[in-house]
Amino acid sequence: MSGLMKVSSNPHIRAAITTNKIMLSVIIALLPTTIFGVINFGTNALILVLVTVASSVLSEWCFCKICKKKSTIGDLSAVVTGLLLALNLPPSAPWWIAVIGGVFAIVVVKMLFGGLGQNFMNPALGARCFLLISFTSIMTNFDCDAYTGATPLAVLKEGGAVNVYNMVVGRTAGTIGETSMMAIVLGACLLILLGVIDLRIPGSYLVSFVAFLVLFSGKGFDLYYISANLAGGGLMLGAFFMATDYVTRPITRGGQYLFGILLGILTGIFRVYGASAEGVSYAIIIGNLLVPLIEKITYPKAFGRGGEKS
Amino acid sequence: MNKCVERLYNGLLKENPTFVLMLGMCPTLAVTTSAMNGLGMGLTTMVVLALSNAFISLLRKVIPDKVRIPAFIVIIASFVTVMELLLEAFIPSLYSALGIYIPLIVVNCIILGRAESYASKNPILPSFFDGVGMGLGFTFALTCIGAVREIIGAGQIFGLTIMPASYVPASIFIMAPGAFFVLAVLTAIQNYAKIKGEEKGKDMSKVGSGCSEDCMNCGDKGCSKRFYDTAADQKKNDHKEEIKTEEKEEA
Repeated sequence: MSGLMKVSSNPHIRAAITTNKIMLSVIIALLPTTIFGVINFGTNALILVLVTVASSVLSEWCFCKICKKKSTIGDLSAVVTGLLLALNLPPSAPWWIAVIGGVFAIVVVKMLFGGLGQNFMNPALGARCFLLISFTSIMTNFDCDAYTGATPLAVLKEGGAVNVYNMVVGRTAGTIGETSMMAIVLGACLLILLGVIDLRIPGSYLVSFVAFLVLFSGKGFDLYYISANLAGGGLMLGAFFMATDYVTRPITRGGQYLFGILLGILTGIFRVYGASAEGVSYAIIIGNLLVPLIEKITYPKAFGRGGEKS
Repeated sequence: MNKCVERLYNGLLKENPTFVLMLGMCPTLAVTTSAMNGLGMGLTTMVVLALSNAFISLLRKVIPDKVRIPAFIVIIASFVTVMELLLEAFIPSLYSALGIYIPLIVVNCIILGRAESYASKNPILPSFFDGVGMGLGFTFALTCIGAVREIIGAGQIFGLTIMPASYVPASIFIMAPGAFFVLAVLTAIQNYAKIKGEEKGKDMSKVGSGCSEDCMNCGDKGCSKRFYDTAADQKKNDHKEEIKTEEKEEA
C-alpha cells in the first residue's frame, strides 16, 4: 500500500514548516534588536539576556522532568519567551529579576496551563507585568551607564521635548529591546518576508493607535507627537513580536483585525489617560484575555450553514 | 465525645472549608495580606461559627422549616455584631485592618453552610464542635495564606522582619493577584498530598480503592452494588415515590 492510499482524518494538507522553524525564525528576527540593545546598554544587558533565556529553558526542562513528561524545550519556544522577556527588562536590572521572570513566564503562565499552545496569555508579557507590579521601582528605573533620566515617552507625557531621530535609531533610555525602532522593524520585515507573521494585527494595531491619538490626545494631527509615540516605548516590539504570537492571537481573519484595533484603542487609552507613560504590555495581555470572545463572534460559518432560513 | 473529636478533625483537614470545600473565598482572598490579619479573621469567624452553630442547634426544633434561612441569618448577625463591638473595643488595630470584612462575616457561606447542613440536624455538642473544627480549619488556612503572602510580599511574619536586608519584597504578593497565586499553590500542594495518601490506601472510602458500603458519598458510578447514583438522584427517587404514594392514596 502506497503512502497515497493512507486513510487518515483531517487535516490533509500539510506544510513543511514546523514549530521549531517558526521559533528559530523569530529568534533570528529578534537578533538585530538584541545585538543593538547589548551594544547600546553594555554588558549588563548581555548578562540579562543570557540569564533570562537560560532560566526560561531550564525551568521548562525542570517542569517536564518533575511532571514526568517528554521534554518540550526542543521546540525553542522557551528561548523566544526568554528573549522577549529580556528585551522587556530595563538594562540596569539585577540578574535575579531575570531568573524570577523566566521561571514565572514558563512555569506559571505557560506550563501550568498545559504548555505551548495552551497558554492564554503571552508568557513574556505576563512575566513582565508580574515583575512590573512586584518590583516597580526596579522595573521603572531606566538609569544606566549610557543614559540617565526618564524614557522619551515619560518626558513627552510631562510635556517635554524629545528627539524623534534618536528614538527611531534607538539612542534613548528604555528597556533593552524597545528603544530601537529601526532594528525592530528590520526583524519584523524578515518575519513578514518569511511569511511567519502578516500585517493584519500590527497594521490594524498601529493604524487604530494613530487614529486614537488624532481623535483623543487633544493635539490633533500633530506629526511630531504621533511619530514620537510610534517610535517610543514598546509599541513596535509589542505590535510585531508579541501581539502576533500564534498562541494568544485570534485564529480568524476578522478576529485578527478586531484584535489589532482593540489593542490600538487600549494602548491609546493607557498612554493618553493612564497614570503611567507606557501601556503596551497591559494592552496586549488584556487583548489576549479577550481572544476567546473575539473568536466567538468572528467564527466563520461552515459551508452550507448559516444561510437565510426559509 | 468521640464524635466531637471527629468533627474537629473533619473541619481542620478532611473538609477544610478553604482548601477542600472552597467556601468563604471573599475574606480568604481579601484580608490575608498578613499572617496577623488572617489569624484575626479566622478566630473571629471561628467564635461566630461555634456560637451560631450551637445556638441554631438549640433552636432547631423551634425554627419552622420555611423561614429557617432568615432565622439563621438573624442568629448569625447577632453574634457578628457582638464580635464586631468587642473587636472595636479591645483590639482596635485589628478592627481597622479587617474593616468591612467583619460585618461581612454574616454572609460568609461557611457559617450559613454549616448551619444548614449540620447544626440544624444535629445535637448541640457535636454542632458546637463542628463549628470549632470548621473555624480552626478556616483559621489555619487563612494564617497559612497570610504568612506566605507576608513573607514573600513584605519579608516579614507577624510583623517581624525575617528576611535579610538585601531581600527585595515582591509586592504583588500583598496585592490582590498574590492571594490567588498563594491560594492556588497551597490548594495544589494539599491535593497532591491527598492523592498520595489515597494511593497508599489511607482513605478507603474514595473511588476504586475498596467498598465502604457508603454509596451516598461514593464516587464510583460503575459499582455493581451501587444503590443510588448521587444524593441528588436519591432526592429524585424519593420524590417519585412520594408521587406514587400520593397517586395510590388518590386512587
